[in-house]
Amino acid sequence: MNEELDLRGLSCPEPIVRTLNKLNQMKTGKLKILVDTGTSRDNVTRIAQKEGWTVNSEESNDECILTVTKE
Amino acid sequence: MLSFFSTRKGIIVAGILIGFFASFLQKMGNPPNMGICVACMERDIAGALGLHRAAVVQYMRPEIIGFVLGAFIAALIFKEFKSRTGSAPIIRFMLGFFAMIGSLVFLGCPWRMLLRLAGGDGNAILGALGLIAGVWIGVLFIKKGFSLGRSQKTYSIVGLIMPVIMISFLLLLLFKPQLPSGALFFSTEGPGSKYASIALSLGIAIIIGFIAQRTRFCTMGSIRDVILIKDFHLISGIIAMLISAFIANLVFNQFKPGFAEQPIAHTNHIWNFGGMLLAGLAFALAGGCPGRQLFMSGEGNGDASIFVLGMIGGAAFSHNFAIASTPKGVDLWGPGAVIIGIIFCLVIGFTMREK
Repeated sequence: MNEELDLRGLSCPEPIVRTLNKLNQMKTGKLKILVDTGTSRDNVTRIAQKEGWTVNSEESNDECILTVTKE
Repeated sequence: MLSFFSTRKGIIVAGILIGFFASFLQKMGNPPNMGICVACMERDIAGALGLHRAAVVQYMRPEIIGFVLGAFIAALIFKEFKSRTGSAPIIRFMLGFFAMIGSLVFLGCPWRMLLRLAGGDGNAILGALGLIAGVWIGVLFIKKGFSLGRSQKTYSIVGLIMPVIMISFLLLLLFKPQLPSGALFFSTEGPGSKYASIALSLGIAIIIGFIAQRTRFCTMGSIRDVILIKDFHLISGIIAMLISAFIANLVFNQFKPGFAEQPIAHTNHIWNFGGMLLAGLAFALAGGCPGRQLFMSGEGNGDASIFVLGMIGGAAFSHNFAIASTPKGVDLWGPGAVIIGIIFCLVIGFTMREK
């Protein structure tokens, strides 16, 4: 199941909290996350990787799309 | 891919450098256990501008200027400068205001709390416990959905305001205009009269601002992340800072353990704890310690800039209304102001929640 999470405009620690809630709820699958600051990108990437998810990032127009997957 | 600055090693290196630089600045003339104190130094700036008239704490501190400009330079180089604002600005102002009140009742922000510990000041243990308690309460609200709402992209000029204000402050410091009112004010005795050279303070602060922008160094965030998500990334940098400052203090002969007669500190345990509880809670709700707020303001974050201005406003109030403590102890309205601040934070914690 592919899911999406829009974290643009949210400040610390909300992006991490919402990401963790979503990942814990999904358990496995693919999640597309939209972030708009370097801090959110780094924090979400680090936390998702720590939880065992694979993270790919793609920068576009001041924003970043993180694709987070777990088999 | 995470850059070096975003790794565990990166944050530890940042902590070691910041701890050393802080202790070194004390050696070079900054006040004892106050090599870097964001709250104290913003308070000194409020004094230099004449927003308060406490004669012993007035100086246009180049460290604050350098923090913002260092973060600004890093954000420009790494394409992270983004003008944003609109996430509950007035609430952020008030959180900054009360965070400063709590800090000045304790006599230091979380950065100075660490430096006081590293200098052997046992009173800072109560401050540390208060900070942890405050952040813990903040985490409870965050878990229940507390949110200041989303910020919005805005015009570049909005994000440039804080760096421009800091450049203006630097010009005031360099040219020291003397106006009929007495401004610019500079202490001739007390902590405000103790400072390292402008070039050294500014240079070190720009380096720290640069590194901290890259690493997202945050004292409050380090405690919050441990409590909230059991993440030890940020706190490894904070522990590195504490150890580094401690070792540097030993080398520079600045380590003096004890509770009594510590520099720019008092021994009222209840309000050392209470002041930092309020500060920790306000920082947690605002999403960053005072240093982090400065670095974010350099990245173009208008909301963090408002928080910083709130802190400067809080400093002026604290000294004009007998709220800030002195080495003799808490002042007349200090405890009352802390209680009002805690009530304010609890009210917004309970009421500002995303359904």
